[in-house]
Amino acid sequence: MSMRTPLGRVRGLGSARNGTHHWWLQRVTAVALVPLTVWFVASIVGLVGADYETVTLWVAQPLVAVLLILFLLTGFYHLKLGLQVVVEDYVHHEGAKVATQMLITFGCFLVGALSIFAVLKIAFTS
Amino acid sequence: MAQPNRPLSPHLQVYKWGLHMALSILHRATGVALGAGTLLLAWWLMAIASGPEAYAQVRDCMTGWLGRLVLFGFTWALMLHLCNGVRHLVWDTGCGFELSTVRVSNQLVLWGSVILTLVAWGVGYGLIGG
Ligand code: HEM
Repeated sequence: MSMRTPLGRVRGLGSARNGTHHWWLQRVTAVALVPLTVWFVASIVGLVGADYETVTLWVAQPLVAVLLILFLLTGFYHLKLGLQVVVEDYVHHEGAKVATQMLITFGCFLVGALSIFAVLKIAFTS
Repeated sequence: MAQPNRPLSPHLQVYKWGLHMALSILHRATGVALGAGTLLLAWWLMAIASGPEAYAQVRDCMTGWLGRLVLFGFTWALMLHLCNGVRHLVWDTGCGFELSTVRVSNQLVLWGSVILTLVAWGVGYGLIGG
């Protein structure tokens, strides 16, 4: 009988040798996204049809800008992890798998960085 | 150590169709759809950062009938993924797997997402702006 805990035994296992790390980060980001998403949707509902002035002033509030950036960081990371699993399930050719995983990573970081930069620019210039 | 010949879960065509199965597939489908939807969010933020003209253009697109249709679908996808995602997190604690409980949580997830979507749109377009 082994004295190791179940968690200790799975650490470092799996095809990517990262054990439960991927699964765990998907849960952590999901938990963080629950309040962030509720906040985001409720705020957008209040901005329906708003003019430029109103929207920029909203984004530029320190609390709003920071929550937006946290929402974007967690959201895009959760998306990257999620899409990765979908590809692992359906793409079986090794080369195609590596290529799609890279595309997903680059795509999520690119669109995420563009969005976060936009928030910072609005916050610092208006 | 990888175990050879370990059991695999059968592919989805062997299961009996039901709401639980549709919701399970929809979690994946909405996840991927939300991924595409993030492009809209990025477009909106970049337009605000670019100035009033760019913002006005995006706002006109998003408040046209096609824009509203897409955003309505986006909202429902997000609410369904949110409600079902919370159920996933509960399942991860080892709770809620009894068939009778799953029948109830199926309904909570489905109708919860419909109600949240309608409330968001009702408040957004009915009370605030249109
Ligand atoms: C609103 C809060 C959210 C919660 C609570 C949540 C929860 C979850 C959970 C628990 C999983 C894992 C499901 C499983 O193991 O089968 C998951 C998967 C996923 N999520 Fe989310 N999520 C949220 C928001 C989002 C957003 C905003 C996106 C897109 C930008 C997204 C995209 C995905 C994708 C692509 C997957 C993978 C689907 C799969 O493997 O079948 N999620 N989500």
